[in-house]
Amino acid sequence: MIQVLYFAWVRSGIGLDQETIETEATSLGALVEELRARSDKHSQTLADLSKLRLAVNQTFVDLDASIAPGDEVAIFPPMTGG
Amino acid sequence: MIRVQAEDFNLGQEIAALHEGRRDVGALASFLGLVRDMAPNGADRPQDQAMTLEHYPGMTEKMLAEIDAEAHRRWPLQASLIIHRYGRLLPGDQIVLVACASPHRQAAFEACEFLMDWLKTKAPFWKLEEIAGQGHWVDARESDETAARRWNKADA
Repeated sequence: MIQVLYFAWVRSGIGLDQETIETEATSLGALVEELRARSDKHSQTLADLSKLRLAVNQTFVDLDASIAPGDEVAIFPPMTGG
Repeated sequence: MIRVQAEDFNLGQEIAALHEGRRDVGALASFLGLVRDMAPNGADRPQDQAMTLEHYPGMTEKMLAEIDAEAHRRWPLQASLIIHRYGRLLPGDQIVLVACASPHRQAAFEACEFLMDWLKTKAPFWKLEEIAGQGHWVDARESDETAARRWNKADA
């Protein structure tokens, strides 16, 4: 089980702030493919990953990062704080 | 010190607390970020405007602590402070404060710039602008990435 968190326009685009995913995926790329297949909103919002940032357990990673059960994955746009 | 909070803060009190009780601080530089009036043509109608800051609780504190620790590795800082607010703010409101104390001014100035440049591109905050009831997410700026990159070490 992987907890997936969404922020900013990824959250509003998908319509969820988080969801729990039952998956066999062992890479973030494979997980994102599964997420895209969940709904039209998912596929549209997650279509262009070059516009998004990814974190596993609150550390920035790339799409080829490995994931394991219990991990916290977050998908969000480039940051605009400050 | 790192603080992520919805509440406002008192600039004078925060600065005073940073060097209170010590006599070895020779320089204290700070940066205060404020919500700007975003209406087109600078129209004066702040009642129609707001800026809502969203963040990733947990990762925000982790990233700010890492950025703060990196500033202490690079400059001889005696104290530092990062306060970043979240939630719904209005034009003129305080958003962010960074402050750095050092024996000499150059380190204090540089460390403040570094903290802001890295914070903007590495701390998970997002701004939602509202003008006259229309909300839109602020786009990240390439100039912020460029500003953050100038602190990359050649050997990193």
